[in-house]
Amino acid sequence: MEARDRVRFEEEALALADQVYRVARRFVSTREEAEDLVQDTYARAFRSWQSYTPGTNLRAWLLRILTNLNVDRGRRLQRRPDETPLEEHDYYLANSIAETGGEQVLDQDRVVERLSQDSIVTALSSLPDDFRDVVVLVDIGDFSYADAAQILDIPLGTVMSRLHRGRRLLKAKLAEEAAA
Amino acid sequence: MSDCDKCEKLLQGYLDRELSVDEVTVAEMHLEGCDYCRRRYRFEASLRQYVRTTAVERMPPGLMAKLAQLRATDPGTGTSPSL
Repeated sequence: MEARDRVRFEEEALALADQVYRVARRFVSTREEAEDLVQDTYARAFRSWQSYTPGTNLRAWLLRILTNLNVDRGRRLQRRPDETPLEEHDYYLANSIAETGGEQVLDQDRVVERLSQDSIVTALSSLPDDFRDVVVLVDIGDFSYADAAQILDIPLGTVMSRLHRGRRLLKAKLAEEAAA
Repeated sequence: MSDCDKCEKLLQGYLDRELSVDEVTVAEMHLEGCDYCRRRYRFEASLRQYVRTTAVERMPPGLMAKLAQLRATDPGTGTSPSL
């Protein structure tokens, strides 16, 4: 019986590998590091499969392991302390695009594509770790606030404030790039 | 605080569907009559979608096989592999 449960656990975990990888990839700077991190995560998950409670969110359980491994190994991207002034305005990026292109430019369906893929990836990786972790989990990993709180072991209110601040910082950085 | 400022403060919660019913009503009533805010809400929604699609990288080929090798069990029989 146990062997069958274990096989099922392994199969369910493997089916989530692509989704685990996409979060891992944005937590570290290179593809190789992301691959290592995902492999270490699965090695640990397969060893401690019995501590997973069937029926609970397996993807969040895997990401909790991954986040802990990433912090333990000091693999997080090293960033200088956040020097960007607190950007209180959520309309910031839209405003700066409208400033150069005119208000009507915001009506264009593909206006966001003025931002290059590289600039988005760069802006994301330049966020301070604590902010980036939350933005990546919620905006790229599609986790709820509650799941992100559990994965990172921080209160829900902290998830929300880091997420909101992180998104504002991201937009401020994208606005810099858009203006450059 | 102007109505547009209030609407701006509700932007993230609105798109995350984390606002109370009252807050949603405040935002939607304002958006109905305000092109300025409506453009910015739409911009934010497409920005999020765009960030998601550009920042997502597929798993490299070969990683799945490496992960499968970490399994303790033989998928065919459900028993530990013999050495």
